[in-house]
Amino acid sequence: MNVRLYIWQRGTALLLLPLLLLHLAVIFYATRKGLSAADILARTRGSVAWALYYGVFVAAISVHASIGVRTILAEWMPLPARMVNPAAILFGLLLAVLGIRAIAAVVLP
Amino acid sequence: MSLLAHRTSPLWIAALIHRLSGLGLAIFLPFHFLALGLAISGEARLENFLRWTDQPLVKLSETLLVGLLAVHMLGGLRLLMLENFAWRGGQAWLALSAIAAAAVIAFLFLASMF
Repeated sequence: MNVRLYIWQRGTALLLLPLLLLHLAVIFYATRKGLSAADILARTRGSVAWALYYGVFVAAISVHASIGVRTILAEWMPLPARMVNPAAILFGLLLAVLGIRAIAAVVLP
Repeated sequence: MSLLAHRTSPLWIAALIHRLSGLGLAIFLPFHFLALGLAISGEARLENFLRWTDQPLVKLSETLLVGLLAVHMLGGLRLLMLENFAWRGGQAWLALSAIAAAAVIAFLFLASMF
């Protein structure tokens, strides 16, 4: 991992810490009486705050996870070196696209 | 000394747990986003999926995922502290504490669902 990727990895980790704490709290809160689509969507639909929160979350996690996956591909997988960066970028883009789609699904009215 | 002797070190095991938990979360994330994306087709589709997740085996899998999330977060916090502050001592103890705390969080999550 070069310095630029190291800084992005650790920077997104720092950003993700408070987001994850809130996410864990929401998981405990939302599941205490069983998850329901109505409860989830009542909380998120039309909410700019949740859209911003999950937007930052998806952006940070797409970067963080793709750099982590890149390291694993480089160190553990018999993948040609020239394939490592494209595979990691593709994974990051997949997470970003699916994440934005998920946010749109739960936030848009 | 064997070339693999370092693999019995608590901090090597902590690094392995950090990597494996990150890998597990990375594999889970696309499915998590796809599940939430079901709401695009309407509340009923998401609700149907959520009722499927009521199965005990799915609940146990969710508990494992909460444990992975907690251990990766707390292990990552230890790494950030180690790299950015002059705090070098007691790292094996801190790593073990992170794993224990994650196990407690996962157990509390499991208990909260029943």
